[in-house]
Formats: sequence, C-alpha cells, structure tokens
Amino acid sequence: MGPSMTGLDLEGEDGDWRLRLSGDWSLAAMAQIEALLDGLPAALRGALTCDWSRAEAPGIGPVWVLLARLGDLGAQPSDVRHTGGPPHFLELLQKLEAQRHAVSGAPAQSPGLEGLIGKLGRWAVLQGRHARGVLGFFGRIVTVLGAAFSRPRALRLSSVTRHVYETGITAIPIVSLIAFLISVIVAYLGAQQLGRFGADIFVVDLVTISVLREMGVLLTAIIVAGRSGSAFAAEIGVMQLNEETDALRAMGMNPVELLVVPRVLALMISLPLLTVIADAMGLAGGGLLSLVNLHIPLPQFTNRLRESLSPTTFWSGLIKAPVFAMLIAMVGTYRGMQVRDSARELGRLTTVAVVQSIFLVILADALFAILFVQIDF
Amino acid sequence: MPDGAATAVIRVRGLVSRFGAQVVHDGLDMEVRSNEIFGVVGGSGAGKTVLLRTILGLRAPDGGSVELYGKDVQQLAAADLSSLVRSYGVTFQNGALISSLSVAQNIQLPLREYDPASERTLGELADLNLALVGLEPDDGAKYPSQLSGGMVKRAALARALSLEPKLLFLDEPTAGLDPISAAAFDELLLYLHSQLRLTVVMITHDLDTLFRTCSRVGVIVDGRMITDSLDGLLQNQNPWIHSYFHGPRARAAEKETHG
Repeated sequence: MGPSMTGLDLEGEDGDWRLRLSGDWSLAAMAQIEALLDGLPAALRGALTCDWSRAEAPGIGPVWVLLARLGDLGAQPSDVRHTGGPPHFLELLQKLEAQRHAVSGAPAQSPGLEGLIGKLGRWAVLQGRHARGVLGFFGRIVTVLGAAFSRPRALRLSSVTRHVYETGITAIPIVSLIAFLISVIVAYLGAQQLGRFGADIFVVDLVTISVLREMGVLLTAIIVAGRSGSAFAAEIGVMQLNEETDALRAMGMNPVELLVVPRVLALMISLPLLTVIADAMGLAGGGLLSLVNLHIPLPQFTNRLRESLSPTTFWSGLIKAPVFAMLIAMVGTYRGMQVRDSARELGRLTTVAVVQSIFLVILADALFAILFVQIDF
Repeated sequence: MPDGAATAVIRVRGLVSRFGAQVVHDGLDMEVRSNEIFGVVGGSGAGKTVLLRTILGLRAPDGGSVELYGKDVQQLAAADLSSLVRSYGVTFQNGALISSLSVAQNIQLPLREYDPASERTLGELADLNLALVGLEPDDGAKYPSQLSGGMVKRAALARALSLEPKLLFLDEPTAGLDPISAAAFDELLLYLHSQLRLTVVMITHDLDTLFRTCSRVGVIVDGRMITDSLDGLLQNQNPWIHSYFHGPRARAAEKETHG
C-alpha cells in the first residue's frame, strides 16, 4: 500500500490557528506540499499550532519549506507550537533557521545597470588583454626556439617525433581519401561544364592547378585543425585541470618548452608532408576520372599536366603548409593553456580552438592568394 | 527471518573481485547494521573503493552477492534500482562535484531529477542542505573551483544528503583536510548521524576519524574482511591489523580518544 494523500488543513482565526498535517509529507510529495502551501491565506498572525499526529514519514526538506513559508506569512517562530509527535529533527531545523536569520541581511550582489559604454569598455580591455596574451604566448615560443640554438636538448626531439606520428602518420588515410574524392568531384563537375565547349582536356588544368595551389593544402589544414588542433587543446587543457602544468613549473620545467613547442614543430613537419600526399592523391583522383569518364589515357594526362604547370604551382601550395601548421598548433595549444577550473571550459575552449584555427587558416590563405598574385608567384 | 537479518542494511556475501590475474577480494563478507557508523579500512590497493563501487552497483562482482535492504543489487530491474539509488547518498574521494554547476545547483541536481519543485522551493532546499553541512547560504553561488578542500567535502556531503537518504557512503571524507577541518567534519558527521538517524559506511585512513566516529570497523586483509568493534580490533593478533592499530600514528589517536 502506498502512502496516503498529502493534506494540510487550516482552522481558526488570527491569534489561534491550527494547522493539521496529514498523509505523505516525504520529499517525494514535495510538489503536492508546495501546492498546499501556496493555498494558505496571505497572512497568519498570532499563535499557531501544527498538529503532526496524522503526518506520515515527514521529510526534513518539506518540514523546512513549511517552516520557511510560515515565517514568510508572518507567523513568528516563537509563536509556532508543535503537537502530536513532531519529527525528531524539528529542533535541528529551528536552530538552523535561527542561524540563517542571523546571517541573512547581507545584501545580495545587485545586478546593476551597466551602461553600454561600460560594457564596451570592459570588452575592449578584455580584448586588449587577450591580444597581449597571444603576443606573450608567441614570444615565449620564440624564446624557447631561440634558446634551442645554444641548447639543442630544448627541442625535445623524442616528443616531436611522437607528435609527428600522431598528427601526421595516423592522418594519412583520412587526408588521402578526402583529397582523392574531392578532386574526383571537381574533375567530374568540371568535365560537365567544359565538355559543352569540347574543352574536355582542360579538366586536367582545372584539377592540377586547383589541387596543387589551393585544395591540397587547404583541405589538409582543415582536416588537421579538426583532428590535431582539438587534440592539442584537449590534452593540454586536461593537464591544466589536473595541475600537471603547475607541477612542471614547480619542478623548474617550462610547459611551453615541454608541451607547446614540440607540438608546433611536429605539426610544421607533418602538415607539409601530408600536403604532398594530398597533392599526389588529388592528381591521382583527377587522372582516374579523366581516364574513366573522359577517356583521356594516362600518358596524355601526364603530358597535359606538365604543360599546365608553371614551376611555382606546386611550391605555391606547399609553402603555405608550415604557416597553416603554425597557426593551428599555436591556437590549439594556446586555448589548451587557457583552460581553468571546469570541464565546461575544456569543451568550450576546444571548440574555440578548432573554429579559430580554421578561420585563421582560411584568412591566411586569402592573404597568400593576394600576395602570390601581386608578386606573380 | 532472524533478528540479525532484519536490521542488516547491507549484506555482502562471498564477494570476489578480479582485475585480470589480480584477485582483490576473495570471498569477502560484510554486514552493515541499521543506524551504525561502519568504518572500512585496509592498505592501499586492498580494494576499499572497489568494494564501495560494487555495493553501489557501479561494478559487477566476479562472484558472490551484494544485498541492499535485502535486495540483490545485480538482480534488480531498472525501476527498482532507481528507487534504491534514491535511498542512499554517496560522496566520492575528490568530491566529484559537477564543475560547471554552482554548489547550489549541484545540490539541486538530484532534486530536479526526482522531486521537481518550484525554483523558490529548490532554493530553500539548497539552503537547508548547505546549513546542514555548515556552509553559508552565500557559498551556494560559488563554483567548485572556488572552494577550499574542506568546503568541497562539505558541499559533496550536502549533495549526498539532498534526497534525504537513510544510508550514506563516504569515501575518504577527511582525506586532504587539515586536522581542524577534519575534526570539524567528524563532529558534523556524528551530529547528522544522531539528528537524521543515518546509517553511514565510511572508507577512511584517518585514524582519528575512525576512533571518534565509528561504532564498528571492517578491515580488509588478504581479500577478506574482519569486522569487529574498535576494542576488539585493538586486541586482534593479525599482523597487518596489529601494525595498523599499534603503529606510532595509531597510538596517538588512541590516546586522545581513550584518555
């Protein structure tokens, strides 16, 4: 048999109130109890007697809420009496409530009406501090690299190789697949358009130039930002949460040297290598589609490929890779180092790391495009 | 049913826990009676936390059975299990407060899940639980990272108490606290135990806490549990138990308690 219906009956008048509690007064009945309490009259003055004889298994929470509401309705704690076997923790609650009234009265922090200018100013200061933080971070990396000239051990080569493996070697399958498929798609769609002018052969130019100049490196950078930028931020972020970076500092080791520089260097090695692979796979994809769909035999494809390329096409793509790598690795590690206090921060900053590094990669790519056109590279 | 069975809140029989080839528990028996403070001690790696996790149903035993209130934890249907979970509170070694929620929100988390109420009532219940563990109402707005070690332990206790459990599991509640905070925690625990009529199972290495609070103590030695009163354990001739209760630290704690 379950507990019986929760009840709360009020009788009497100002100066002599009787409150009869009945049924289930456990925490599980909190919702009903709340509804009953809301039904009490707006003011209860004078003596009040609570009759507990028919209440079943009263919980400490509901009794606390009852006392608080009676207090809010004007029944002074000294005026409230309890009969009929009140719960054993009543005294405890009365003591706690007395303490609470003693400490309350401390003003809550007011939300305050911040002017728009104040907000703008705070935002500007925050951005300024942020920019200084980024600059300082870059400076610390450069310092470590500078120190490495006199102390090559500072480069932590074993750590660098591990990160080259994790960010480079293990990314080969996904980078190859995506470069291959994207160039097949470009070639296929290009062939549809160029075929209308009978200019099928220019599909080769389209594929080779777009893959080598832009898509090979850009796609690789975006994949690596998603794979490794997030991993950097999360790894370093968890170390921050576990105070591991503080432990390193306390042992006289530089977290930038140990954690950041190896990752930056490793990515600057692995991203160009991945780009070469992506270029090769992209050309292979274009060649395959030309063969199957446009019936351009492979020798003809390679001939056309050689003719379409200028000496700088390949390098104009590859030269961007180390720059992208540096951006991705620095944003990832910087955001990781910013993690403080909570798991939510870790998630937020990992997201920020990926979004910002992709944004910066595309921005840098645009600048490179303008630069290369200007210097005719 | 015999009298002893009626008052046993937890009964573990022949528990076996294995990690690969390593056997942690080898036929462990444990019985916790209603309304007592039961201490669990044992060397590092003796499997105290594994025992707790097994009792809570977070880990399946490799042998033997665990009963809470006479029900086998492993055999329970999901619905029964959730009502069983409501009947106990747990604090973990490091507090395990949800770091993205404030202390008050941590306390309200199980309440919101099981006993929905208005924001005002939830606020009052959070205040109650904060007051029960000796925290100020203002502390409710703080985030776990802003709390000291002692406050984290208290906040975790407040969260464990929020569903008004009759049974409380504490994993190293005084570890990492300074002696004054640890002693205050002992007093708080004794006070709550008497006022709220709780049954408490406490894993601890703190001999002062053990002598101050526990009515019975179970020692995990060689994968089994030896349960006795403190006085009984002080007489025990098992080498590990002897060195545990008669080491230099134990003598100091003992002297303090027994005068």
